[in-house]
Amino acid sequence: MADAVRGFAIIAGAWVRSALSYRTSFAIGTGVQFVITFLDFAAIIIMFSHIDAFGGFSIAQIALLYAMSGFALGAADMLVGNSESLGRRIRDGSFDQMLVRPVPALAQVAADRFAIRRIGRIAQSGGVLIWAVWAAPIDWSVARVVVLVGAMACGSVIFCAVFVMGGAFQVFAGDAAEVSNAFTYGGNTLTQYPLTIYPNELVKGVTFIVPLAFVNWYPGLYVLGMDDPFGLPGWLRFASPVAALAFVAVAAAFWRTAVRHYRSTGS
Amino acid sequence: MGPTSTDRALGAAGLYSALAVRGFRRYATYRAATAAGAFTNSVFGVIIAYTYIALWEARPDLGGYGVAQALTFAWIGQALLAPVGMFGGFIIDDLTERVRSGAAAIDLHRPVSLLGLRLAEDLGRAAYHLLARGLPPTVVGAVLFDLAWPNRVGTWVVAMLAVWLAVVVGFGLRYLLGLLAYWIIDVQGPAWALVVLQLFFSGMMLPLVVFPDWLRLVADLLPFRCLVQIPVDVFLSEDTGTAVAPLIGVQLLWVGVLLGAGAALTRVAVRKVVVQGG
Repeated sequence: MADAVRGFAIIAGAWVRSALSYRTSFAIGTGVQFVITFLDFAAIIIMFSHIDAFGGFSIAQIALLYAMSGFALGAADMLVGNSESLGRRIRDGSFDQMLVRPVPALAQVAADRFAIRRIGRIAQSGGVLIWAVWAAPIDWSVARVVVLVGAMACGSVIFCAVFVMGGAFQVFAGDAAEVSNAFTYGGNTLTQYPLTIYPNELVKGVTFIVPLAFVNWYPGLYVLGMDDPFGLPGWLRFASPVAALAFVAVAAAFWRTAVRHYRSTGS
Repeated sequence: MGPTSTDRALGAAGLYSALAVRGFRRYATYRAATAAGAFTNSVFGVIIAYTYIALWEARPDLGGYGVAQALTFAWIGQALLAPVGMFGGFIIDDLTERVRSGAAAIDLHRPVSLLGLRLAEDLGRAAYHLLARGLPPTVVGAVLFDLAWPNRVGTWVVAMLAVWLAVVVGFGLRYLLGLLAYWIIDVQGPAWALVVLQLFFSGMMLPLVVFPDWLRLVADLLPFRCLVQIPVDVFLSEDTGTAVAPLIGVQLLWVGVLLGAGAALTRVAVRKVVVQGG
């Protein structure tokens, strides 16, 4: 584990220095990330110019859900988002080299082409979070702060696990990288809105199968002091760490299986 | 006796259709990637559909759409995403890569125009993407939700025309951006900016009928609405009572402007190009 962190830091650090030496490119890349994610939120603002509540939530309450989900995806994308490019590494044979180096392959895959510009999405979510915390009617307590901060950490871990599974999936279906977008960016889009707008089965799916609801929905309900509209047990709102741990275990097992089944292209 | 002008015209037609067929086959090779893309489009279709249901149930008739029309917008939008090149790529990557590798110099020796060559290839690609990336989400959407379908054959025909004009407008935008590589080599920043503009002002993120008036005005002055909003408006024209001729006119206008600018800039780029590598 220490090897992995050290290796990741060395490789990622090199990419950061490289990115920062092209200041204009870095500024444009970060700015574009910020604008793309902001347009997401602009769409929500436009929707609220026609309505007062969406799925029973005000715009400030949705902003909190939006920011929690955006932060989690942004942090995960920055840390391990490059596992998306594993398919390319497999095709050109350079994954072989990663397997023989004395740093865990996952750390190398994640740190490969580490893109510091992805901080743009995190910054945008941070901005929305500040506004949401100020504008939403939240009865602040120590417990609520702990749940909010903890959920953002756990949410990042959950999205990290999704990215890693997407990477591992490419060992079996190299060209099908886009499937993971449905769960990463798709999961982010889905959780930006209150789950009340979706059918029951979908909510069960993101609770018990791919635990995206633990990124922001259950902890968000607690922070906002709202009852679960679906009537699921109240302890779910504190269960994000459990969901994150369980999902990471699944992702780790899947990753190990994938690496064991990896067959080199031979080039 | 040399070739007559009819021979040359036939030869050119054969050449460009051969290029289009190659464009089709080039993308048809990647079956897993196509299936993955169609799957992702369908997942997004479901998510967006539920957000539109919530929005239109809260505000029936918003922007002149009912729930069925809004849902149709969501799914046709997903179906058009790959064909119109919403996320950039394709032609942009080809042009920039060839400038970087020096292969752009060879393109200038070819007996076809660079624009015609790339357009033919992109039309072939779009034909494949309409079938393989457009049809599956449309079917999934139709199975899961009640969509609004045109009743008249004429509307279908004009809608298909609007879809193809959307493809050509999308090509025109990406071709111009790819040409930038002849001047600035690394077009990553502008390419991202194009994606942002396309996503927002095409109606992909939110139908333009929902936009506030001032923002709608901005969107109407830009070419991006030709990509999604106009084809969908034509598709829904029977329900909304929209006149389709002006919409097709707007698309034709932008096809003329973008391809005209593309042809003119190609001539400048040819003189300007600095060959990299060799």
